[in-house]
Amino acid sequence: MIKLFWRDVTLAVRSGGGFGLALIFFLIVVVLVPFAIGSDQIMLSKVAPGVLWLGALLACLLSLDRVFGLDFEDGTLDLLATSPIPLEGVYLAKVAAHWLTTGLPLTLAAPIYGLLFNLDFEVRQLLFLSLLFGTPALSLIGSFGSSLVLGVKRGGLLLSLLVLPLYIPTLIFGAQVARSAAIGQNFEVPLVLISIVSLITLAILPFAAAAALRINLR
Amino acid sequence: MALTWKLSSYWDKFWHLANPKVFMGWSSRLLPIIIVMAAFCLSTGLIWGFFFTPDDARQGSTVKIIYLHVPAALVAINGYLLMFIGSLFWLIRRQHVSVLIAKATAPIGMAMTAIALLTGAIWGQPMWGTYWVWDPRLTSFFVLFLFYIGYIVLWSAIEDHDTAADLTSILALVGCGFALLSRYAVLFWSQGLHQGTTVTISDGVQQERISDVFFQPLLLSMAGFCLLFLALLLIGTRTELRARRLKMLELREQML
Repeated sequence: MIKLFWRDVTLAVRSGGGFGLALIFFLIVVVLVPFAIGSDQIMLSKVAPGVLWLGALLACLLSLDRVFGLDFEDGTLDLLATSPIPLEGVYLAKVAAHWLTTGLPLTLAAPIYGLLFNLDFEVRQLLFLSLLFGTPALSLIGSFGSSLVLGVKRGGLLLSLLVLPLYIPTLIFGAQVARSAAIGQNFEVPLVLISIVSLITLAILPFAAAAALRINLR
Repeated sequence: MALTWKLSSYWDKFWHLANPKVFMGWSSRLLPIIIVMAAFCLSTGLIWGFFFTPDDARQGSTVKIIYLHVPAALVAINGYLLMFIGSLFWLIRRQHVSVLIAKATAPIGMAMTAIALLTGAIWGQPMWGTYWVWDPRLTSFFVLFLFYIGYIVLWSAIEDHDTAADLTSILALVGCGFALLSRYAVLFWSQGLHQGTTVTISDGVQQERISDVFFQPLLLSMAGFCLLFLALLLIGTRTELRARRLKMLELREQML
């Protein structure tokens, strides 16, 4: 399992695409926002926490079809299914690799991008914390979606259609953490809630995703 | 011992009803009755509601949209529940009828969700001064709409029937959890403008409750919508079964 994890990480880092792409996409979204909303500093710093969360979420979506897609096409997934690791474990290893190569960089980048919006140190701190607790849920849900649409040709659009509604609770709580920090409200409750979302998905989705994988490999 | 035996025999009999051939038999006999009952309840309830109830003191005649809005919302939510149950039983018992029921529910539920959203918007314009607000109830209904769309799209994207049935069932199970989660998450996110539940059976004293004048026709149109849903559901499921049988026949013909 650990080997599988490192294999996925090296694959993501070495074979161009995936790794840096999400960060750059995130940056472009951030740069585009002022063009859409206007350059008013106060207004921008008001919407910034939500925009950063949304940008991170969309960037996360970008690399999802690679989680299982490539391995499914070249038959690696069939080999993994016959290996002693249960598919639940395969899923978890792949999610961990996806999080390390996508979720974590986004989490680290968001506070830096926050500088562009003139965000306070405290808000950026909480943005970091909320993304740290929230991105695991994004990776878990997204990989589950990826396992669902394996058999569909060109499932990328379908994948985002299925996954985005599932992202709603995570987005609500995550953006709430950063926003309530910005207006000086209590932020612990949404922070706990977003961790709960991550933990619930961690508890349930491995089984759902493994079931979907088995059906697709049938 | 005897009781368990009896119960289990009822259980078997119940599942016997889900045998495709048996299902076609009893549903074809039941369907006309349900359609007539639905037509009766809907026409009586709606005509009573629209023409023979007084205008509300504050809302005027706009209150009458309730006879479409509330029943549609009721059916939309319970439709998703039915989809959940149908999917669950498909995964457990591999009953084709149960997953086809879930499949037939989705478009009806989506239409009902759309009706509830649209009638709400039409009512909201004169009453709240806006077609749409990001209120928890409204938003979670919109989310429900998105979940219905996702389920339908996944069905149409996968060619093999059994694979599609399995995968959409998993999506329905997971989606149900997330729909509930979203329902309570949006409560946290925004303060509401939509009124609380006033259509209740319990006759609480402190509770603000809908007046009987409006409640009786509403009850009738709620029953009418449920029956309409049932009728559409049976028609949809029967169509799906026939389509499957047709496909089988075509395949057999190709083999010969």
